[in-house]
Amino acid sequence: MLRVFTRRRDFCAGALLMLLGGGVIVQARENSYGTLMHMGPGFFPTALGVILIFLGVLIAGSAFAPGEGEQQRILPEKPEWFGWGCILAGPILFIIGGEYGGMAPGTFLCVFVSALGDRTATLKNSFLLALGITVFGCALFHYVLHVPFPIIRGVNL
Amino acid sequence: MIQQAFTDLWYGFGVALEPHNLFWCFIGVLIGNMVGVLPGMGPLATISILLPLTFGMKPVAAILMIAGVYYGAQYGGAICSILLNLPCHPPHAVTCLDGFPMTKQGKGGVALGVTVIGSFIGASWGITEMIFLAPLLVSVALQFGPAEVCSLMLLGLLAGSTLARGSPLKGVAMTVVGLLIGVIGSDIETGTPRLTFGLIGLTDGVEIVALALGLFGIAEFMTSINQTAAVDMKYSNVRFRDMRPSKAELKQAFPAMIRGTIIGSLCALIPGTGPTIASFVAYATEKKIAKNPERFGHGAIEGVACPEAATHSSVQGDFIPTMSLGIPGDAVMALLLGALIIQGIIPGPQLIKDHPDIFWGLIASFWIGNILLVILNVPMIGLWVKLLMIPYKYLYPSALFFVCIGVYSANNDMFQVGEVLVIGVVGYLLNLLGFHPAPILLGFVLGPRVEENFRRAMLISRGDLLTFVERPISAFFVALSVLLIAAQIYVWLRGRKGGSLIPDLPRGAAAMKPLEEAPVSAPAFSKQPAE
Repeated sequence: MLRVFTRRRDFCAGALLMLLGGGVIVQARENSYGTLMHMGPGFFPTALGVILIFLGVLIAGSAFAPGEGEQQRILPEKPEWFGWGCILAGPILFIIGGEYGGMAPGTFLCVFVSALGDRTATLKNSFLLALGITVFGCALFHYVLHVPFPIIRGVNL
Repeated sequence: MIQQAFTDLWYGFGVALEPHNLFWCFIGVLIGNMVGVLPGMGPLATISILLPLTFGMKPVAAILMIAGVYYGAQYGGAICSILLNLPCHPPHAVTCLDGFPMTKQGKGGVALGVTVIGSFIGASWGITEMIFLAPLLVSVALQFGPAEVCSLMLLGLLAGSTLARGSPLKGVAMTVVGLLIGVIGSDIETGTPRLTFGLIGLTDGVEIVALALGLFGIAEFMTSINQTAAVDMKYSNVRFRDMRPSKAELKQAFPAMIRGTIIGSLCALIPGTGPTIASFVAYATEKKIAKNPERFGHGAIEGVACPEAATHSSVQGDFIPTMSLGIPGDAVMALLLGALIIQGIIPGPQLIKDHPDIFWGLIASFWIGNILLVILNVPMIGLWVKLLMIPYKYLYPSALFFVCIGVYSANNDMFQVGEVLVIGVVGYLLNLLGFHPAPILLGFVLGPRVEENFRRAMLISRGDLLTFVERPISAFFVALSVLLIAAQIYVWLRGRKGGSLIPDLPRGAAAMKPLEEAPVSAPAFSKQPAE
């Protein structure tokens, strides 16, 4: 049992694949399988799901194989929770800002917050960067490339 | 045949030299060169960002530009490796080993000069190979039925996932995941929604732009954030006149370039072995045949010339299976195929006949692009070196914006920005578990065609699976696939340590730190005793 924990990355990887394969098979049950000659829409995904489970078993199994028992970590040594949060907040704010405010607020919020994720970032630097990208981005995508996305909703710029 | 090739090539130059196409080719190589230099931005992320912008362009111009980014980035990547010792572009990681010591000896300019010459020689050979080989492949491929196409794709997928970096088993698993993502959306025959989880936004399937930007954009940013080391710029003062190698140096480097070119073009012919493998094999070979191998790692000029020539020869050769058979060898080629499909062009053996302007225009643009790159790189080296100083903390928030707006403008749909976010998180998770994301894209692009051809083959053979081994060409591909798997099992049984052909390169975060004095990739070569 100890071995699982020395090579737990492979074990988790295999387990994830099995889970995924199982999920796909369950989902694909909504569609008919058909026959091998006249395949239904459910056939191909189910087959892939079975293969995925098989590969998952192999990968998880290889975690038990004898060999050098290197200590495997899943998370990096220093997890960057704040940085990751800021990066993921970027697109979320782009969606919210874009839906309710328009291209300019969406862009500004996205760049500003994600820039804060760097350890050396300051509020001022991030603000200037966000401002610059917003001006450049709106000019490029709105006026040059004509992406249908109002700069500020409700205001005709 | 040669006459025919020249006529076609002449026609291609006519297409590529049209001002509109020439302009986009130039933009492509310029952007490619730029992102190649920038530590932390790769051609994959850049092409994915540019992809939505190509929707409104003519197909020829779009393809010329995307291809330009790819081979342009190879020129830029070498600058990063040689001057900063940053292996942030996998094919050039091995160039660090001798390129950076040369820089420390004050010969960084010479190393760059040799790189440019070697790159041009390698690329020229790769293009020539494509001119003659691609039509030949097509004439064979036109006889393929669904069963053959299906087994060929199986071979391509297997090779693409097992010969690449990392564990082969995990590579295959990622290919299957890619195939599954390709299944999402409406069924090709009945139109019933599959694996959409009831989301209307998914009925049209997952957008390739969202998939690529999630995997190679957001997931990469998450890997790299706060991992960049301060860049040491003290050696990067290179001027134009430093770049000319002396006669003796050229004499030393030239045979190495030729050897690299040949290795690269051979690697290009094996599906799945892209430029990265070519450059590693080239370096190892060069070290093995050298009279005094102890010079390697201390600034041997051959150690720069050979892998660089191999990279470029293989980069151009990569286009052969993609354009002639419609089977991409790596993730960049998968994106290129995606761009073709978006433009309404069906990749496959008919491409050269149906769209000669794309095929021959592309080949002609390779020549033009490579000449442009030599011009861009030699006198303007000072400018590129300045680009190296852009810190990552300004780069990734800007790139994140381009990711969001790029994926939005693909369909003018906010749903897809959410899609890219989810794919990014999942991609990072897979990264942490030791999976490489590139095969996902391969599987995704080929998935719908694999399924279509599989179903058709089954219909023709009345549900008899033996059709794949009864038809000789198909049987040949199946045999090759079995051989490939057997070889992998053999390698695994023999040396449990490194099943892969090349060492697991530092990626993302690690790739943005300078190589230590004892290079990370040394173990790969220590297995082969230096005679």
